[in-house]
This record gives sequence, C-alpha cells and structure tokens, in this order.
Amino acid sequence: MAAISRDEVAHLARLSRIEMSDAELDHMASELDVILGAVARVQEVAANDIPPTSHAIALHNVFRADVVKPSLTPEESLSGAPATEGPRFKVPQILGETE
Amino acid sequence: MSMNYDAAVAAYEPTLGLEVHVELNTNSKMFCSCSTEFGAEPNTQTCPVCLGLPGSLPVVNGKAIESTILIGLALNCSIAPFSRFARKNYFYPDMPKNFQTSQFDEPICINGYLDVEIETDEGAKTFRVDIERVHMEEDTGKSLHVGGSTGRIHGAEYSLLDYNRAGIPLVEIVTRIVPGTGKYAPQVARAYVTELRDILRSLGVSDVKMEQGSLRCDANVSIAPISSGKLGTRSETKNVNSLRSVERAVAGEIERQANRLESGERIIQETRHFLEESGQTRPGRSKETAEDYRYFPEPDLVPVTPDADWIEELRKTLPEKPSLRRKRLQEEWNVPAKEMESMVNAELLDVVEETVKLGADATRARSWWLGEVSRLANEKEVAPTSLITAPQVAEVIALIAGGELTDKLARQVVEGVINGEGTPREVIDKRGLKVVSDDSALMVAIEAAIAAQPDTAERIRGGNIPAAGALIGAVMKATGGQADAAKVRELLLKHLGQG
Repeated sequence: MAAISRDEVAHLARLSRIEMSDAELDHMASELDVILGAVARVQEVAANDIPPTSHAIALHNVFRADVVKPSLTPEESLSGAPATEGPRFKVPQILGETE
Repeated sequence: MSMNYDAAVAAYEPTLGLEVHVELNTNSKMFCSCSTEFGAEPNTQTCPVCLGLPGSLPVVNGKAIESTILIGLALNCSIAPFSRFARKNYFYPDMPKNFQTSQFDEPICINGYLDVEIETDEGAKTFRVDIERVHMEEDTGKSLHVGGSTGRIHGAEYSLLDYNRAGIPLVEIVTRIVPGTGKYAPQVARAYVTELRDILRSLGVSDVKMEQGSLRCDANVSIAPISSGKLGTRSETKNVNSLRSVERAVAGEIERQANRLESGERIIQETRHFLEESGQTRPGRSKETAEDYRYFPEPDLVPVTPDADWIEELRKTLPEKPSLRRKRLQEEWNVPAKEMESMVNAELLDVVEETVKLGADATRARSWWLGEVSRLANEKEVAPTSLITAPQVAEVIALIAGGELTDKLARQVVEGVINGEGTPREVIDKRGLKVVSDDSALMVAIEAAIAAQPDTAERIRGGNIPAAGALIGAVMKATGGQADAAKVRELLLKHLGQG
C-alpha cells in the first residue's frame, strides 16, 4: 500500500497551481512514496518517552523588542521580481474567486 | 423580495458567529522590524522576512504577544501555557511567502466570553457571547486588480501588490455560535463589536479604526425554522467596515436567506461581500469544497510559553471594563442613558471625565464638550479634542462658577482659545472680557434702565417680579453682556424695594 496516492499528488499539485502531466504524476507519486517511506522509518524510533517537537533545540519564548529598523528601499524590494509596475509587484491574473 | 425582516424572524431563528480581525498598534511588524505606519508609499516598509525571501528568519515581536495576552485576559480567556505558530498554506499573491503565519490548533487564548447589553422590547437584556479563541497571525499585502471594469478580481488582467501591510500583527477573535438572539441578532452583533472595540481601545493595543481597516468584522449567519432545533447552512459576510454595517449586514443576510428558503432554494455555504450602499450582500467565493490549508507547525519560530507570573502581572494592568466604567460614570454624573450614549458615540467620554476630574461640574463639562466645542469642531470638520484641552475647558467652567465669566462671555473665551489667542486667562485679558461686578457701575446702568422704562419699574414695585426680566435685559445690553445677570437681578429688585 503506497503512503501517498496518485490522486493525492494531483490534489497537491492543484493546490499549488502546478500543472503536471499524467507521466509526471506517476513519476512524482512513486518518488514521494519513497521519501515518505524514509520518514516513516524515523517514526519507528520515536518511543513514548520522547515528546513530539517541531524543533531540534528546546527553545521557547524567543522575542524581539518592538523597535523599527530600516526597511529595504522599494528598488531593492522589487529588484528580484519577474515583473513590476511603478513601485509595485506585478503578478498574472489570479484565478477567479470561485476557485 | 417578498419576505421582510419581521416576517423572516417570525418564521426563522437566526444563529450568529463573529470573527473580528484587529491590527495591533505595535511600531514594528509581527516577525520583522519593518515599520507598521499607515499610509506609506508602496513597498517602502518591506524586508527579506516579510517578502519571504529565502534564508530570512522571522522573530516574534514580544510586544505583540503581550498585547494578545491582554486581549485574551480582557475577554475572560484562559491563556495557553504552550502555544505555537503554524503555516497556513494557500496560493494567492497577497502573501509573498505563499503562506500566512498564523495559529492553528494551539492558539494563545481560549474559552472566553463577553457580555453585551442591548435594548429589547422587554427592556435592557444581557447576552453572553462565548469566545472560542483569540489567536495571533499576520496581515496580508494589498492587491490592486488592474483591467476589467469593476476593480474586482474577476476580469482583471493582472494584479499589483504592495507588501507594506504584509506582516503587521493581526489578532483574530472568534466567537462560538451565538444562539437564542432571535430577532435581536443584528443588534447583538453590533453591540458585541462595539463593546469589543471599546475594550481594545481601553487596552491601548490597537487604533481600532474600522474605516482604515485596523478593525474588521466577518459575520457568519445561518437561519433555521423556529423550534426546529437545527442549524442552517451559514454564509460568511466579509470585511464589514462600520458598526452600523455590522447590524445591517446581519439583518440583510437573515432576510436574504429566509427568502431563499421560502422560495424552495437552499443556502449555499459561501463567502459574501457587504455592499455599503444597498445594505445587501453579493456572493463571493463558494466554500462548498472544503478548504485545504495544509497547516503545519512553523519550523522557523519557537513555541510561546508565557509563564504564570507574567500573565498575572499583565492581569493587574487591565483597565476598568468600558461597560462598567460607563455605568459608574453615569451614576456619578447622574446623566440619562441617552446623554451617556451621545458622549460615547462622539468619543468624548474620556475628555469629559478628565474635565470633571479637574474639578468641573459634570453637567457643565458635558454640555460644553457636546455643545459649543462640538459645534465649532463640526464647522471646522475636526475632532473636538483637537481644538481645546480638558484643562482649558475646566478653567473656563471654573471662571463661570466663580462669577468671573457669564456663559455668553465664556463662549467668546472658548472661541478665542480655539483661534489660538492663548489660555482662557490670556483671552480674557486680550479681549477685555471681564464681568462687570462693580456694584456702582451696575447701579448706573440699572438706574438708566429704570429711567427708560418707568412703567415697568412701577409694576415691579407693585410686586410683579417677572416684569424684572425686561429691565435685566436692558442692563445686560448696556454692559455688552459683561454683567452677571443674577447680580443685576439682585441689585435691581433691592433697588425697587423687592429684594
């Protein structure tokens, strides 16, 4: 039984707005399955006495003081953008609201 | 439409749910040090963190955590000893990261409530609105849809993005469903948002300006046949941006849904947009396909674990609840509820209280701020508090009480202060606005008035006291309004053997 189905991969692709051919879906499904299999092996090690964590280091409450520091200039901010118009980022038409 | 609101609520029971988003008024953003100043030029307040550039690392703004805990405490919530941020993944360019940092199953505040009072046919009634959660997240950027005719996303050729707002600390306050409001659902919704706004303002954690979007309300409404014991399918009306609109949007949705059901149609679970002009809503995004945000714990941020001492310290700093404060002041000042409401709506309660604390009589403080000062402020289209200060108004009131100014003169003093002529005392000196209190000077004017109207004087001598009004008026006129009318009356009556 595969850890991830071809349908699930197609669903993820749709959510991410990535167009994938049937061949690519087949290929990706089997690749992701291998990755998930590797992750599952790590889970075998987790015993009841090891609490689940989202971090390698047990840090809590890392806060910043509420102090403003200089931002990038608009030119710097926009410098890596594929498209701009005036001081704004330009993006293609976004899929309709019904999506 | 065939079914009006009254008919709709006679047949159907509405159920409410409210989500309020509030932008905190921190100086810097939630996860980076960019400014949060409103109205800056596009993309002048962005950095690698809020632009989601690779390799950037967010760090939580401690002040934002503190503000959120304060909000939770003011709403009677439990503060979670452990809470985490999560990524809410969605494909939309208003967040350049392709996800919004939010909280999912581990919000910082849970299980609170807020009591709101509304007027019903049976008098004042309190409704308890249960709060499910208060969580932290970040605001999104602003999109400008170009092309197409409506400025809406449909038909747009492309969109332009300004990320100044992306990453501003945002707190979401979510109620549980509010059952049992019956026909009062719109009023309860409005009262809840009003009370919430007042609380947030008293905490000083947000500008709470609905028109600028620092406080936004989404109203979930469903209806079901009365006593059916069922819950209907809900719609969610987005970004209702005034208190009045909250009330209108809820009423409009109840009416729309009732009409759909009456005509045999079903309610679609969807997002709707409130239309300010008509008070109706138009459909937006359908939510029939379940959203799939693929939440997972944010690996770049560490958990928030506020310790009990910190929470208790914050609890000690909570200000008096606005509703209790209003009740207390109303009793102390002995004013009718309507007047209290006018002061609250005009946002003058704080300054009236300050004026009273400086020794002014409550009734006079109220009438100066709501009357003359508000009138002048309306003319200039500015806030009354931007024209004159509480100490200045208190001084004017003290001068009236001390007999140094008449009401008429005081109006001139207030006008002078507002025109920048200095303190009340300086205006009095510069304009020569002294009450004529010198008895001999007044007597000259009184005798002149009697000489001019001997018949009136004769009637007063004969015991017709009300006739004195005409002579007092003449004296006031002769002294250019600078006499104390009570003093004139006293001297006049005495002179005519009636004192």
